[in-house]
Amino acid sequence: MAIFINENSKVIVQGMTGSEGTKHTKRMLKAGTKIVGGVTPGKGGQSVDMDGVQIPVFNSVAEAMAATGANASVVFVPPKFAKAAVIDAVDAKMPFVVVITEGIPVHDAAAFYAYAESKGTTRILGPNCPGIISPGKSNIGIIPSDITGPGKIGLVSKSGTLTYQMMYELRDFGFTTAVGIGGDPIIGTTHIDCLRAFQDDPETEAIVMIGEIGGDAEERAAAFIKEYVTKPVVGYVAGFTAPEGKTMGHAGAIVSGSSGTAAAKKEALEAVGVAVGKTPSETANLMRKILNG
Amino acid sequence: MDLFEYQARDLFEAHQIPVLAGAVAATPEAAEVAAAKMGGKVVVKAQVKIGGRGKAGGVKLAENAADAKEKAKAILGMDIKGHTVHQVMIAQAAPIAAEYYMAILLDRANRNFLVMASVAGGMEIEEVAHKTPEKLARVGIDPNKGIDKAKALEIAKSGQFPSDVQEQVADVLIKLWAAFVAEDATLMEINPLVKTEDGKVVALDGKVTLDENAGFRQPKHESLIDHASTNPLEALAKEKNLNYVKLDGEVGIIGNGAGLVMSTLDVVAYAGEKYGVKPANFLDIGGGASAEVMANGLSIILGDPDVRSVFVNVFGGITACDAVANGIVQALEILGSKATKPIVVRLDGNNVIEGRKILNDAAHPLVQQLDTMDGAAAKAAELAAK
Repeated sequence: MAIFINENSKVIVQGMTGSEGTKHTKRMLKAGTKIVGGVTPGKGGQSVDMDGVQIPVFNSVAEAMAATGANASVVFVPPKFAKAAVIDAVDAKMPFVVVITEGIPVHDAAAFYAYAESKGTTRILGPNCPGIISPGKSNIGIIPSDITGPGKIGLVSKSGTLTYQMMYELRDFGFTTAVGIGGDPIIGTTHIDCLRAFQDDPETEAIVMIGEIGGDAEERAAAFIKEYVTKPVVGYVAGFTAPEGKTMGHAGAIVSGSSGTAAAKKEALEAVGVAVGKTPSETANLMRKILNG
Repeated sequence: MDLFEYQARDLFEAHQIPVLAGAVAATPEAAEVAAAKMGGKVVVKAQVKIGGRGKAGGVKLAENAADAKEKAKAILGMDIKGHTVHQVMIAQAAPIAAEYYMAILLDRANRNFLVMASVAGGMEIEEVAHKTPEKLARVGIDPNKGIDKAKALEIAKSGQFPSDVQEQVADVLIKLWAAFVAEDATLMEINPLVKTEDGKVVALDGKVTLDENAGFRQPKHESLIDHASTNPLEALAKEKNLNYVKLDGEVGIIGNGAGLVMSTLDVVAYAGEKYGVKPANFLDIGGGASAEVMANGLSIILGDPDVRSVFVNVFGGITACDAVANGIVQALEILGSKATKPIVVRLDGNNVIEGRKILNDAAHPLVQQLDTMDGAAAKAAELAAK
């Protein structure tokens, strides 16, 4: 089992004809993802050669779903057009939409998230996230497929490269699913959504949760773990030594005042029994200990 | 991007939110001219992007234009919590009958926007929330619905505004929402929102944060950037589209991805405890880092006189390690004899074998490679100590 995606995920790529879209469509196909179509308004009817595979292009998500039976979408369109792309997917009742695009104005993310919530038929992952991989089954987004294989660990992380780093550290165990939820201030799928799904997934035996400074998502995740999660959880929070009031890349990663610090998050997680590592490798070792009994 | 008070005032005015006359001045003479134009008593206010100005002596009442000049002279150049005052705002003084509070902000937890409004203004809103929560209206706003007249009136009532100002407060709130949306703001706060003795509701002080991601549709925001207090290295990095933050240590850091770079800062800080060194910067070269991007990043870091060693920490996801390695080699060629600091490189992930080989073959005397993030951090810290 995996969460949110599986070997039957049929994926369309919104913005497939753009350079990023094309590059990553090829990579996803190579990784075994079932890419069934692309969407670029105004370019419907064409098909694009992706290293020998012909992928049809549609004008809208609804058209693409009707023709291909797609049940997941991945969005590579530039920030300016991302909101329209996500709303197109929500209107088509696309069940799962992974938004890779970085730099989407937060008013646009707030608008498409609220719109998806009001319709109640679409889960959004991201924006500004690396996507989701269930090794050997499906890979939607830009996570490298060759870091590690299937296994027993579930991983949820705000940061892309830390996702890769942690998969690499624990490559001898493998993962059911690794989810990069993104570091933007407004995201569609949260730590809590992933923790719930991993708890409910019979194949996931233990969970790694990676957070970073800013906001209180980790504190809320800790409260959720206490109430719902019985599987072992290991945590890592990036930004222990970050100075206050400086934005560190991710729009979300800013410490202001006393809440939102890495220390506060570590404390909240440890209070509910989550072992928190000081570095990625220490965190991996904590997980190793759990899995080795 | 946070705005200065005078910029917030101007933005409010542009969106028909009632404000008092105000002007910005960088010299005592300019302050005098502005005050003379306004006439009567004025308030001279230090323009710094940090709270507690009043307590620090950065806000003074002036009796007339000559006095405003003197007050500006005292305030300009002041240091307020590490922020130097380069400008003052000359604001019309008004007799105040009551102080209120109003703000719209991004609510990350609820993934929408939040209005806070209270009859109890002029002090820290945290205090109001804590001591008299019944006086603070907190209302979530659906981004696709916004704030209409009925909603605004409901908020004014629940914030316990007296009935004689409810209409005016609601009107300000509707305009504040319009400004918040039109300007792609993540925070617009009016504190205090005041009732003057003649019964008018006016925004007296404002705080505004704008979303930099919206720059592509907000061409006017470019002019609001505060170049004077931007660190020159940060400004240079911004020009090159690099995400750089200057810190106060000795180990230069380059990595890909905000999370990994933050994690690198932590690992270097721990390793540096032993040697008394800390990270000198945050620099994220992002996904798909090309040779050129690496060269730009490396030259910025090596241009920082505080840096004594450099740690390049890359996990190749989309970024290929061979491109990073080529970037390092090319950067060192470009920099030539200007590159004098040791560089510790840790590469992993996409095309790592090719990447490591490129660096080994180049055999640059300043560059050494280590396999692990922890090991490389320890080495970089050790080299910075020497």
